[in-house]
Amino acid sequence: MSEQSTIRMPDTSKLVVSSSPHYHDMGSIPKIMFTVLAALAPAVIASIYFFGWRALLVLSVCMVACAAIEALLCRLMRRRISIGDGSALVTGLLLGMTLPVTSPLWMCIVGSFIAIGLGKMVYGGLGGNPFNPASVGRVALLLACPSAMTTWVTVSGCALNKWVVDATTGATPLELVAQNQPGPGFWDLFLGNIGGSIGETCTLALIVGGVFLIVRKIIRWQIPVFFIGTVFLITGIAYMVSPCPKFNPMTHVLSGGLMLGAFFMATDMVTSPLNRKGAVVFAIGCGIITTVIRLWGSYPEGISYAILIMNALTPLIDRYTAGRPFGVARKASQKNA
Amino acid sequence: MNKQIKFYGGVKLDEGKMTSNEPIITAPLEPLYTVPLQQHIGAPAKAVVQKGDKVLRGQLLGEAGSFVSAPVHSPTSGTVKELSSCLGPAGAQLPAIVIESDGEDTAAEPMPVFANWQEASPDDLKARVAQAGIVGMGGAAFPTAVKLTPPPNVTIDTVILNGVECEPCLTADHRLMLEHPETIITGAKIIARILGVKQIIIAIEMNKPDALEMMTKKAEGTGVEVVGLRVLYPQGAEKQLIYTVTGRKVPSGKLPAHVGCLVTNVASAAAIADAVCLGKPLYERVTTMTGTPVVKPGNILCRVGTPYSSALALCGGVKEDPLKIISGGPMMGMSVYSLDIPIMKGTSGILLLAADEVSQYTPNACLRCGRCNDACPMEMIPGILSSTIEFHHFSLAERWHVMDCIECGCCSYVCPAGRPLVQHMRRAKAVANATRRAAEAASKK
Repeated sequence: MSEQSTIRMPDTSKLVVSSSPHYHDMGSIPKIMFTVLAALAPAVIASIYFFGWRALLVLSVCMVACAAIEALLCRLMRRRISIGDGSALVTGLLLGMTLPVTSPLWMCIVGSFIAIGLGKMVYGGLGGNPFNPASVGRVALLLACPSAMTTWVTVSGCALNKWVVDATTGATPLELVAQNQPGPGFWDLFLGNIGGSIGETCTLALIVGGVFLIVRKIIRWQIPVFFIGTVFLITGIAYMVSPCPKFNPMTHVLSGGLMLGAFFMATDMVTSPLNRKGAVVFAIGCGIITTVIRLWGSYPEGISYAILIMNALTPLIDRYTAGRPFGVARKASQKNA
Repeated sequence: MNKQIKFYGGVKLDEGKMTSNEPIITAPLEPLYTVPLQQHIGAPAKAVVQKGDKVLRGQLLGEAGSFVSAPVHSPTSGTVKELSSCLGPAGAQLPAIVIESDGEDTAAEPMPVFANWQEASPDDLKARVAQAGIVGMGGAAFPTAVKLTPPPNVTIDTVILNGVECEPCLTADHRLMLEHPETIITGAKIIARILGVKQIIIAIEMNKPDALEMMTKKAEGTGVEVVGLRVLYPQGAEKQLIYTVTGRKVPSGKLPAHVGCLVTNVASAAAIADAVCLGKPLYERVTTMTGTPVVKPGNILCRVGTPYSSALALCGGVKEDPLKIISGGPMMGMSVYSLDIPIMKGTSGILLLAADEVSQYTPNACLRCGRCNDACPMEMIPGILSSTIEFHHFSLAERWHVMDCIECGCCSYVCPAGRPLVQHMRRAKAVANATRRAAEAASKK
């Protein structure tokens, strides 16, 4: 009986009472955002390798500007300062990656302001924005400063010993093929030894990061696969009909912002459809619009536009791809929806 | 192993079943038992004893209050100390009868035993199930006799015994299957006799290989089929279980009987066997007392009315103060703020969580990541529904089938924004039910 008296009973005065479930998988928004940042690291390293150290400066300025602007706007809106969730850093990094390495820094800051302010905070912050903030920033800059946004430097191998690669302007592979000239070879395209925006050129690094995100279940594999697949298919058919460099599917898939857009921007969870079926529709739509702009539009590149247009269609896609709950008859579901 | 149909969604959970190898121990007699009159879904039982009455173990304390109700019986012999109320796990006060034990534990005259139940009439057997106060012992505590009365025009052809126990941490059913397999099989056959059904399936999750093996061995030649199911929460949910085992989908708003199935917990089946073969009403059950703060977690055979504190003391008390005490499992159980709650027929376990095991977070706006979509075993859109409900669009939520939610908690479990998704669903369901009741009341006038 002496043992009985030493039994310790819990102090019930400090118990927490809440509704079930009492377990959580411990996932969180910062975890998602910092995983995305980690997935972009290979592409950042590749960009410094090919474009020189100024690439890092542009990316850093965009990230810091985005975070600072979000903090400032939260303050003005009298809300909890939300930069801890990491989403502003992701937006900043993605925006920076879509800019040429020669972009003036004031342009980076203006772009960041548009991305965060008009792309996200006016809608109430993360989760409310219908459009991908980084795409909004890039498109605004493309419309406002078309020449600065399309000034490309010539890339030739390692540039780690330089601040920025030689300022001789060159054409991007897509500009070349738009003029029906042959683009660079496969390996140059695949490794990123080509002109273009800071983060979009090294296909290898982007695929590594994208696959990492798919494995970690941050993004749905359907979006990059169907997006890239659609571009390949349409350009491939065009190439078979008329085999000229303009339609070369290899150049189209491996150059421009397709890899960056398909793996990192179209997959933005806030602005892409909720379920798998919707993701497929969304990705095919992105692929079609991209190809149409590239082949028949006046711009050599159309990823950001494609993503923004499909972002606008996302609520509609969600509505029509919402499945029937378990055990709900087809007729009843249609009547009610 | 045959190929199984996988239900949509679900989540893989940390099992945490630390009491799988702890044999069932019998709790010693308590000085005082508080027996709630409402231990089941439906109307509370009506007390048939007065203060000061002498009662014996197994004697009727309260009779069924309506068709959907169940009687309650005395857990031991002694005196009725008072008719009062007690705190229930859901936080509400329940009417209860307090029995002061006389320490003799004298049994009442048992109900007549069916010596040959194989020949007994199904109606007599069903009456016995009702008389013995048997309810679903998986947690919901729906009166079993009501379940055994299918609506007219439906034929039940399959009885499924639920030995899945998909809630983490709980092992009461697991131990019961290991230690009393014959009783469970007898119970299953009695249910089949009541319903005139040939096909009996016992479903067990494969994380209990010993129970699966034991039941398979004992079921040989009895016509009972034992199936091992893949480990995925909520495999033990009625609709998901039926779908996995038979491939039939219970239509929205309908009962399992509408697809010819009856699902009942293995512990309930064992209770039925005891009621029929031993004449013993349901006044005790196996409960798992577990959690990292518990000194010696275990599976206890407790009389109904034993306070949680006694069960915990039997397990050696605690090493550290828990931050949460949960009646049931971590996914669907109810957190309580006191240990002065009696163990009831539906108490499958009591779980203590230490401070570092309790997830506390601040909800954010929905990120639209779609993880809840992928996890929802009812194939609903919890994220969108939750936003709808947050802005009080209850009728819209109802049109999007919020009433089909089984409240398994998978959506809240996976939500990276920490949104209270299943909690919103419960709210919408409660509002819809209240609206319906109000409309019914208005139409009656």
